[in-house]
Amino acid sequence: MKPFAYQAPGDVVDAVRSVAEDPAAVYLGGGTNLVDHLKLGIVSPDLLVDVTSLTSAEITDGDGGGLGVGGLSVGAAVRNSDLAADPRVRERFRVLSQALLAGASGQLRNMATTGGNLLQRTRCVYFQNVSTPCNKREPGSGCSALAVPGRPAPTHDGAGWTRNHAILGASEHCVATHPSDMAVGMAVLDARVRVLGPDGERVIPLTELHRLPGDAPERDTVLEHGDLITGVELPPMRGRSAYRKVRDRASYAFALVSVAAVLDVADGVVRDVRVALGGVAHKPWRATRAEEQLRGAAPTPANFRAAIEAELTDARGVDGLDGGNAFKIPLAAATVTAVLRDLAASETGDPR
Amino acid sequence: MTEMLEHQAIGRGPARRDGVRKVTGTAPYAYEHPVENPAFCHPVQSTVGRGRITAIDTSAALALDGVLAVLTPDDAERLANTDDAELAVLQTHEVAFRGQIIGAAVAETSEVARQAADLVAVTYDQAPHDVVLSDSRDDLYRPDAVNGGFPTDSNEGDIEAALAAAEVTVTQTYTTAMYHQNPLEPHTTTARSEDGVLTLWDSTQGVHPVRKAVAKVLGLEPDAVHVVCPYVGGAFGSKGQLKANTVLAAMAARAVPGRSVRLALTRQQMFDVAGYRTPTIQHVTLAANRDGTLTGIAHDVVEQTARIKEFAEQTAVSTRSLYAAPNRRTSHRLAALDVGVPSWMRAPGECPGMFGTEVAMDELAQELGMDPVELRVVNDTEIDPDSGKPFSSRNLVACLREGAQRFGWADRDPAPRSRREGNQLVGTGVASSVYPVYRMPKSTATVRFSGGRYVAEIGAADLGTGTWTSLAQIAADALGADLASVEVRIGDTRYPEASVAGGSSGMTTWGSAVVEAARAFRAKFGADPSDGDEVEAAVQANPATDDYAMFAFGAHFVEARVDADTGEVRVPRMLGVFAAGKIINARLARSQFLGGMTMGLSMALHETSVMDPRFGHVVNHDLAEYHITANADVGEIDVGWLDEHDPHVNAMGSKGIGEIGIVGAAAAVSNAVHHATGVRVRELPITLDKLLG
Amino acid sequence: METELTLRIDGQDHHLTIDTRTTLLDALRERIGNTSAKKGCDHGQCGACTVLTDGRRTLSCLTLAVTQGGAEITTAEGLGQDGGLHPVQQAFIDHDAFQCGYCTPGQVCSAVGMLAEYADGWPSAVTEPGTTAELDHDEIAERMSGNLCRCGAYANIVPAVQAAAPRREGTNAGGAR
Ligand SMILES: Cc1cc2nc3c(=O)[nH]c(=O)nc-3n(C[C@H](O)[C@H](O)[C@H](O)COP(=O)(O)OP(=O)(O)OC[C@H]3O[C@@H](n4cnc5c(N)ncnc54)[C@H](O)[C@@H]3O)c2cc1C
Ligand code: SF4
Ligand code: FES
Ligand code: FES
Repeated sequence: MKPFAYQAPGDVVDAVRSVAEDPAAVYLGGGTNLVDHLKLGIVSPDLLVDVTSLTSAEITDGDGGGLGVGGLSVGAAVRNSDLAADPRVRERFRVLSQALLAGASGQLRNMATTGGNLLQRTRCVYFQNVSTPCNKREPGSGCSALAVPGRPAPTHDGAGWTRNHAILGASEHCVATHPSDMAVGMAVLDARVRVLGPDGERVIPLTELHRLPGDAPERDTVLEHGDLITGVELPPMRGRSAYRKVRDRASYAFALVSVAAVLDVADGVVRDVRVALGGVAHKPWRATRAEEQLRGAAPTPANFRAAIEAELTDARGVDGLDGGNAFKIPLAAATVTAVLRDLAASETGDPR
Repeated sequence: MTEMLEHQAIGRGPARRDGVRKVTGTAPYAYEHPVENPAFCHPVQSTVGRGRITAIDTSAALALDGVLAVLTPDDAERLANTDDAELAVLQTHEVAFRGQIIGAAVAETSEVARQAADLVAVTYDQAPHDVVLSDSRDDLYRPDAVNGGFPTDSNEGDIEAALAAAEVTVTQTYTTAMYHQNPLEPHTTTARSEDGVLTLWDSTQGVHPVRKAVAKVLGLEPDAVHVVCPYVGGAFGSKGQLKANTVLAAMAARAVPGRSVRLALTRQQMFDVAGYRTPTIQHVTLAANRDGTLTGIAHDVVEQTARIKEFAEQTAVSTRSLYAAPNRRTSHRLAALDVGVPSWMRAPGECPGMFGTEVAMDELAQELGMDPVELRVVNDTEIDPDSGKPFSSRNLVACLREGAQRFGWADRDPAPRSRREGNQLVGTGVASSVYPVYRMPKSTATVRFSGGRYVAEIGAADLGTGTWTSLAQIAADALGADLASVEVRIGDTRYPEASVAGGSSGMTTWGSAVVEAARAFRAKFGADPSDGDEVEAAVQANPATDDYAMFAFGAHFVEARVDADTGEVRVPRMLGVFAAGKIINARLARSQFLGGMTMGLSMALHETSVMDPRFGHVVNHDLAEYHITANADVGEIDVGWLDEHDPHVNAMGSKGIGEIGIVGAAAAVSNAVHHATGVRVRELPITLDKLLG
Repeated sequence: METELTLRIDGQDHHLTIDTRTTLLDALRERIGNTSAKKGCDHGQCGACTVLTDGRRTLSCLTLAVTQGGAEITTAEGLGQDGGLHPVQQAFIDHDAFQCGYCTPGQVCSAVGMLAEYADGWPSAVTEPGTTAELDHDEIAERMSGNLCRCGAYANIVPAVQAAAPRREGTNAGGAR
C-alpha cells in the first residue's frame, strides 16, 4: 500500500473540484471495498476524500422533492443497515430492505454506504489478485477468467474459475459480475441516482449507471472521475415485491444468482412486473424481455418460466474450472420462476 | 491392564480455566506477546509456478524510510541444515511452487514492511509447472509408507475373485477436494535473537517439536532456542509441523539482533505456505452377499504431494480396520506436483477416506434394499481385521443403535425422494466414524508442591481443546487432590518435553505423563508434602497395544433439506454418538465433537480450494471465497456418547476426541442428500449445481 | 503520510501520530497495545476484528484509524463494568461458546451490537417481512453470521447469545431450539 493523504472536507463543490482535478484522488465511503483494495494493491490513490461527511446520511420522504407521495430520497452516506431497517423502506420497498439484508454481514452493513455500495467493484478473483492478468484492473493485460494465451489449462477449454462470473452481456474482454445486492433491489424500483460532477448535478437512472464491459471493462459505470454520488431517489411503487438470493453458503456470501421482482396482478392478469437479476452480469440485469412477455399474461408458473427462458436465450456459460458457470442459466430460470410464483400465490394477502 | 484412576474431577464439566481471558481478548496469542519496540516482517512470494530467480532488485525497498532489512536468497544467512526443502527458506534461487517465500522485508511498521515487500522486483527464468492431480497420470508412484508410518498397501485374499463371485457389488469413484485448515488465527510468530538465545512466541501445536526443528535448521543447540505458546487460535494440523513462516521469522530476528520481529502470514499467504489436505481420488469396491455380509473391500487412493517434499496422507488406512471381509485391498499412489507441501489436517486419512467408504456402504445398502444401519451392524467385527488383534473396546453397533433411536431413524421411508415438505425435499443419512487411539512415545511432566498448591508443568499445547482445564482434572485425580488446588502450566519449552498436539493423542500422552508424575510424587512424598517437593516422570509405552487394537468409534445421523427449485442444501439436524472411552470433561468434550461435526458439515457442503492449473495457485485464497460454514449454515447439533469403560487404553480410560467428530460426517450428509433427492453426489463439496434439475 | 489523532478506546484517550494507512485494527494491536480485537483475515471476511463504534458493531480491519477521531471505540476488553464481565461474556463461558478463543472477542462485540440492533427493531434476512422478529435460533444464527468460527462453536454461540438477550415483555424469546 502506498502512502496517501486523507481529507474530510465539508464543502461539496470544492471537494468535487479537487477530486476531479487530481487523477489519483478517490472518494472514501464506509471503506469496506476501498480499504480492502488498498491492501490488495488494486488501487493506489494519493488522496482519500471522505464522503461520509460530504453527503447526506438522511432518508427523507419524497413528497416535497417532486418524487411523489410514497417516494423516498436516500442520502449517499446512509448506511446499508439504516436503509434496510427504515420502517418506510420496509413498508413501501420490501424488495430493497430484503436485498440489503441479504448482503454482506451485520458489521459490514453498519459501515457500507449507499453510494459506496453502488460503486463497489467486482469480486472476480483475478481482478483481486495483482499477480494475475486482468483487463479491468490493467487494460490490455488479458482476462484470466477467460482463456489466457500461452497458459494452457489441461483440464478444460482454458478458462479460469468462473463461478462468480457472468452469463449475460459479457464480452471477450471481461466476464465479471457486479456484486451488489442493493443495486439489484433498486433496479426493479426504477431508482434514480443523483450525481454531482465538476459541471453540476445530474440524475441517472440506476439501470443506466452500470455498464456492460464491451471493450472497456476498466469502466464499471458511466460516471467520470470526480463524479460524486449524492443520493438515490426511489419513486413510489405499486404491487408486491421480493428479493431472493441463491448462494453457496446460507449467509455472508455473494450471490450466485439473485432475483428482485415486483409483481402487480389485477383481474387475473399481470398488470405490471419488473424483474432484475444479480450475479449474472456486469450490471444489475433488468429482464425487460421477460417483463414485456408477462404484461397482460396470466400469472402462472408456466408463463413465468416461458418468459424468463426467453430472457435467457442469449445467456452463455463459461466452461471454466470446477465445472464452470453454465449451471447459472437453469438456476436463474428456476429462481425467477419460483420468486414470481410465490409472489403471485401471495397476491391475495396484503398489497405490498 | 492399566491401573485406573478413581474419577473425581474427571468426568465432570468444569468451565475453561482460560475462559475469562478469551472472552475479553486478553489471552496473548503469538503475535500479541508484549515486547518493546517490535519490528515487522512481511514475506515476498514467487509469482511463477516453477523456475529460477535470475535477479532480485531490492533498491526501491531499501530506499523506503523505516526499512531495516530486506532478505533474499542472494544474501540471507546460510542455514545449517537444508535437508527439508520446505524449511530451506531463501537458500536457493530455484522456485518450486507459486507463492513460495523468496524474500522478506523487515521494517519499523507493518505498513512499511508490506510496502517494501511489494517493492522488491524479481525476474525469473520461468519453467512450465505441473499442478494437476489425476488418476490417469503415468507418473503416479508408490510411497514407501504413508503418514503415521502405515504400510502403503495392504492385500489379503483375492478381491478380484470376490468381486466376480459376489451377489451384489458397488464399484465407484469418490473425490474429496483440496482443503485448507484455515485456523482463525493465522500462522504468526514474534521472534527475538539476543544474547545467544532465540526466543520464539510461535503459534504452534507443540513448543518442543518447534524448538527441535528450528535448532536443527539454524544449527543451534536446543537450549539456545526458547519457544513459548500458551494460546493457539486454532490449528487443525496446520501448526503441527514447523513451516517456512516460522523459519523466516527466526531469520528476520537474526538479521536485526536484539530487536523483536513480528510476522503474521496474511490469510492469502496461508493458502500458499501453511499446509493443506491433499485432494483425493478414491476407487472403492465392495462385494457382498444378499444378506449384506461383505466378502470384499477394496480402497485404492490417488493423491498428491509436493515435488520438494513428500507427504502421503493415509486415506485408505481406516478401511483396513472398519468392517470384516475375507478379501481386502488398500493402496495409495502419489503424484508429485509443483505445489506447496500438503500436511496434517484434522483426522488425516480417516477424514477423506471415510467419505469414500461410507458413501459406498450407503450405495450398497441401496442395492441390497437393506437399512444402512443394519448393513453396518451385520459387518461389525470383534477382531481388528487388519492386525488380527481384538479391539480393546468397540462400540460401533451401540453408537448406531443409540443414534438411530435418538434420531428417530425407525420412521424413515427408505425410498429416495420420498419426503417433500412444501418446497423442500427431505432426507436422512447415516455413516460410521472411527479414529485410532494414539499415544506418543515421549512426554514428561513435573509435579511440584508450592505455596500450598500443586503445580503440574508440561510443555503441552491448548489449541482450544481445553488442555488448561482437563490436564488439571487429571492431575487432581491422580494426586487425589481438590481440583481447585491444582495449577497447570503449559505452552513453554521451560516446562518438560511434551509431544505435538496431534492425532488426538494429547490427553492420552500428556495425561499419562501427568499421572506418572503425580503417582511418583505421592509415592515419594506421601499425602503431606513439603513446600518445593518435586517429581518429574515420563509417559510409558502401553504394553496392552501388543494385545489389543485400540480405536474410538461413532455414528453420524443427518437430516438434509434440499430446495426443489434451486438445489440449495440445508442441514437442520445432525446427531453424533461416540464411544471414545472415559470423557474427561463433559462440557469441553461436547465442544470438541460439535466442532468436528461442524467442520465435517463444512467439508460436505462448502469447502474446496480451487487450484488454477494455468497459474499454479489456489484462486479462492481468502475467507470470502473459500467458504467455511457460517453460523446460519448450522442447525441443531446433538452430541451424545456412550459410557464406555476401556481399562486398556490408559489410566484415565480415555480415547482421543479431537478428530473423530469430523470423520464420516461428510458421508452422512451426502447420504442424506441422496435420500432427499435421489442424486448421489460422489464429488465433494455438495454444491447446488450438482443437484439442479 | 503521518497524521496526529486522538482515539478513544474503552473509555481512554490515546494521542497518536500514525500513518494514514493504519487501520483501526492495527492501531489497536500494533500501536496502542490493545490486542483484544483479532486479525483473522484483514479483509472483512471473518469478523474477528469486530469492535463497537459508538455502540454499533463494525470491522476494525476495514476502518482507517484516521476516520475515527471523536468516535467511542469499545473492544471486548472494555465491555465489562467495574472489572466484571459483560453478561454476553459470562454466557459465552457458561455455554462453552468457544474453543481456541480467537474469534471470541469479535463474537462477543458482535453479539452486544446485534442485541442492540434487535432492541431497536431491526429486521434480518430471515425475518418474515412485515413482522417483528423473535430472537429464535434462526434469527440469532443469521444475525451472527458475520463472525466465522473455525472451531465450529456455533451450536454453543447461539444459545449463549439467547441466554444473554434481555427478555422482552410478553414474548418467549429464548424458546425455540
Ligand atoms: C466479506 C465481504 C462480503 C460482502 N458481501 C456482500 C454481499 O453479499 N452483497 C453485497 O451487495 N455486498 C457485499 N459486500 C460489499 C459491500 O456491500 C461493499 O463493500 C459496500 O457496500 C461498499 O460501500 P462502502 O461505503 O464501504 O464503499 P467504499 O469502500 O468506501 O467505496 C467503494 C467505492 O465507491 C467509491 N465511492 C464511495 N462513495 C462514493 C460516492 N458517494 N460517490 C462516488 N464514489 C464513491 C469509492 O471511491 C470506492 O471506489 C461484501 C463486502 C465484504 C468485505
Ligand atoms: S473477468 Fe473482468 S475482472 Fe475478471 S479477470 Fe477478466 S477482465 Fe478482469
Ligand atoms: S480481520 Fe476484520 S473481518 Fe477478518
Ligand atoms: S473459537 Fe476458535 S475460531 Fe471460534
